[in-house]
Amino acid sequence: MSSDLAARVTQKLDVRTKKRLDGKGQFWLIFRYFALTILFVIAALPIYVMVINSVKGITGVSQSAAFIPPTSLNFEAWGPTWEVLREPMLRTLFFVTQSSIISAVIGAINGFVFAKWKFRGSNLIFTTFLFGMFIPYQAIMIPLTKFNQWAGIGGSIYVLVFAHVIYGIPICTLIFRNYFAAIPNELIEAARVDGAGMVRIFRTIFLPLSIPGFVVVLIWQFTSAWNDFLFAIFLTGGSPKLSVATTALNFITGSGNQVYYGNNMTASLIVSIPTLLVYLFLGRYFLRGMLAGSLKG
Amino acid sequence: MRATRKKIQNPWGGFLFVLPSIIAMAIFVYGMIGYTFVESLENRYNAYTTKIEFVGLVNYIELWSDPEFTHALSNLLKFTAVFMIGCMLSGLIMALLLEKGIKGEGFFRSTYLYPMAISFIAMGTSWRWLMDSARDDDATGLNYILKNIGLGALQSDWYTSEAGSMYAMALPAIWQMAGYVMALFLAGFRGIPDDLREAARVDGASEYKIYRHILFPQLSPTFLTVLIILGHISMKVFDLIFGIATKSYVTKVLAIYMWQTIFDFQNYAKGAAIAIVILLMIAVAVIPYLIYVNKTEEANK
Repeated sequence: MSSDLAARVTQKLDVRTKKRLDGKGQFWLIFRYFALTILFVIAALPIYVMVINSVKGITGVSQSAAFIPPTSLNFEAWGPTWEVLREPMLRTLFFVTQSSIISAVIGAINGFVFAKWKFRGSNLIFTTFLFGMFIPYQAIMIPLTKFNQWAGIGGSIYVLVFAHVIYGIPICTLIFRNYFAAIPNELIEAARVDGAGMVRIFRTIFLPLSIPGFVVVLIWQFTSAWNDFLFAIFLTGGSPKLSVATTALNFITGSGNQVYYGNNMTASLIVSIPTLLVYLFLGRYFLRGMLAGSLKG
Repeated sequence: MRATRKKIQNPWGGFLFVLPSIIAMAIFVYGMIGYTFVESLENRYNAYTTKIEFVGLVNYIELWSDPEFTHALSNLLKFTAVFMIGCMLSGLIMALLLEKGIKGEGFFRSTYLYPMAISFIAMGTSWRWLMDSARDDDATGLNYILKNIGLGALQSDWYTSEAGSMYAMALPAIWQMAGYVMALFLAGFRGIPDDLREAARVDGASEYKIYRHILFPQLSPTFLTVLIILGHISMKVFDLIFGIATKSYVTKVLAIYMWQTIFDFQNYAKGAAIAIVILLMIAVAVIPYLIYVNKTEEANK
């Protein structure tokens, strides 16, 4: 169960030392902190560079001073950058909200069936769904573009809602299936004795219990759709009318503008803020979504 | 009891519930892969091809004599090797440092994992600057750090030189995914019952021996999962490279080349063939893995 995996990762171990550490024990503890701190510096470096250079103005980023924090805060680069990014980011928010909600509903229904209302061959079908999680989207991109034109959503932002809903089915189903599998069968048996059918059992027992599952799926779909670049660039063809957060950012930081680091780093930071906030406040749920993708349980 | 249960639970109810998704997967995953495959066997070499003909495996055969394709493929394999080894090692080291629990664990863990929440188009800006190839007095980014800590000799062209480009490109990839690998290993370590360790300790086994002979063997399913996840991500790698070096020749991989073939040259037949090659490289590892997962689940019941 992915929630079990996440619980294992985040479990609080008793770290109080029961006895005084001997010399060897102290050495290892210091060594561990030293190594962890080095890894912390490496992990934080790219975002550190991004943050400090976003408050040095548009041209104020001298090449060698970039590691040094600014002496005074200069938000000059934020205004114009936000102006350019506002529309694409609002557009992204618009489609991501829809695709996440639809994905979660579909995932809940599928997950319930694959975990608790199995039919002959359901495990095999579930496995064929999972394969959809691993495929390179290049292998479906050409016909998908044609389909979108045929379906009349080509050239509108709904191509992205559609793509993220369809290709999100495997992961959302998997997350809910693992989540529901942990709910005891006795609940169903009891409801059945009372004469409840599948739809009623799903609606009255499983849906109310599934809030954490919904949070995991919504966060996962939100983050992956917000950060997605592949679908965006293939399906919107780089049209400015349909630019989303990542494609707009790529347009700002792309070749030719690479010297304006202050500006580019500000833009990159602005685009990252929504997903970083989600991670900061709901990181536990994000971890669950991430570990669900590993299939194991 | 069994009989009444069957009567109450209509087995087809569940099927009807998931039928829309089954249809969607059948069309948009399997059907579209089939479509792409058929397209890869045809002659649509540009947007103006009107007479579409079946040409068989010609497009695949031609890929092998296309120097740009073999270049992209060898780049991808180099990248994959460094990325997978680097990610495994760094993720494992992080997990080993944390697995027994340490004060501040939550803080370190969260920092190691945050890269997963950011798009590579955004982080590419930082990494492009960090891996700037200017040296010595002009040095910025990592070269600047190396110069100032007395490791000036290690200054590098990073992703801009033919020889080292893919190894350099693996750095940001490792940076992004190492935390994920750490989480998987942490889950693995913490799923092993404490009794096993305790028993070995009582028997006088050294910590090294406990890891080597007791813990690591227990982790083999985790290793397999990590390999599959890293492998399939590596085969598909696109945003990461695009965000840093766009379509630069020295860092071209199959996914970038496919995108270029479709968008810049509108050579659909060839683009489709490249896509199918990527798919096959993933499928040979993932399909057996899925069957294995399915079997172990059945066995656990």
